[in-house]
Amino acid sequence: MDDLLTHVEPMIPALRRYARGLIRDREAADDIVQDCLERVVTNWTHRRDANARSWVFAILHNLAVNRIRQEARRAGRVTIDEMPEATTAVDASQDSTLFGQDVLAAIEGLPPDYRSILLLVAVEDLSYAEAATVLNVPVGTVMSRLSRAREQLRLLLETKPTSAKPVGPFIRRVK
Amino acid sequence: MTNRPINEDDLQAFVDGALDAERHQEVAAFLGTNKDAAKRVSAYQQGSTALRSALGPIAAEPIPSRLNLANIIEKQRPAKRSRVAPMAAAAVILLAIGASGGWLLKGYIMPPTEGVAALAQEASASYSAFAADRLRPVEVRADGGDDLKNLASATIGGPAIIPDLSKAGYRLMGGRVVPTPHGSGLMLMYDDDKGNRLVMLTRRMQIDQDKPMVASDQHDIRGWSWASNGLGYSLVGAIGSKYLHTIADEMRSQI
Repeated sequence: MDDLLTHVEPMIPALRRYARGLIRDREAADDIVQDCLERVVTNWTHRRDANARSWVFAILHNLAVNRIRQEARRAGRVTIDEMPEATTAVDASQDSTLFGQDVLAAIEGLPPDYRSILLLVAVEDLSYAEAATVLNVPVGTVMSRLSRAREQLRLLLETKPTSAKPVGPFIRRVK
Repeated sequence: MTNRPINEDDLQAFVDGALDAERHQEVAAFLGTNKDAAKRVSAYQQGSTALRSALGPIAAEPIPSRLNLANIIEKQRPAKRSRVAPMAAAAVILLAIGASGGWLLKGYIMPPTEGVAALAQEASASYSAFAADRLRPVEVRADGGDDLKNLASATIGGPAIIPDLSKAGYRLMGGRVVPTPHGSGLMLMYDDDKGNRLVMLTRRMQIDQDKPMVASDQHDIRGWSWASNGLGYSLVGAIGSKYLHTIADEMRSQI
């Protein structure tokens, strides 16, 4: 159990960050991380994967995806993929910097698959092979998904200032 | 310069710094002449930077105490124990049924109650009882001190040799004394990096004081047992019989 501590404990900040990137709510994201760590402790000695990091991230990823699906079902609302771009971007402030909340609002406008790949590769610095393990897809899929995700994020960030226009005749954001 | 054309995957890998030096140069040269691609790549790089700096502070937060790994490990222990208790009760009942049933059938089928065959059974029983135990598989840990050696000599009487299986990829975890119908035995446990565990049982033999190595097989638990100079040895584990045999040979050569 000692190697469990030395391997997994240093990953916890990154696990929290990944969970929060997928699920904005802090408590809900930490719930997932806690659930993940409990599973890691239970299954540590049975794991076949030599790479502890991708194994742990895969557990977290699957829990997060299940959670996102449940939420979507419970709310009975349109999934993020079906929403037109403009409505997903209304929360973005008119400040045109790419930093801070804007980019987080923008990735929330991406389908979960795209969000995951961006977070794993660009933020968590996983190799393409590790990301493929976490997402349980071939490396080729990782590459094409990454390319589409980056392109969509770019478009969302570039069109953001125009999306701050009023979305309906009755709603107008006043700063 | 290679003649491989630049593709979209190269651009992504360029953004992530995942190209080797030569390819990186080639992509950089390509971007120098291709304005649209260069604009895209720079926007992608900005996107990555923005994501990293937006999410960075989360990783710098102090970890909430409910995510303290040591506590989570601790918390799972009593839960495991409570699962074991009903199973142990069931085992006692089944043992009672088995024992009385076995007594009645004794005249028809004689189970191996003596010699190396009995030792092999005791070893696989020890394996079933302790190898799955995550909490305290061994009583005395192998920590480099003399405790385990002293336990071994006290159990089997006389100087004891504790085999080293590091060549086969197995580490000594420690040992404990286990009761057998033929006196106390010394159980040693080893594990490898994948968490596979092996159990070695040693005890004094009344019958089969010297016996060449024989294989045994109980469901998934395989074993190799032998005896020499009045001491019996049985190595069991849930790994391939052939591989186990080579480890048993290695052990025998050390004893």
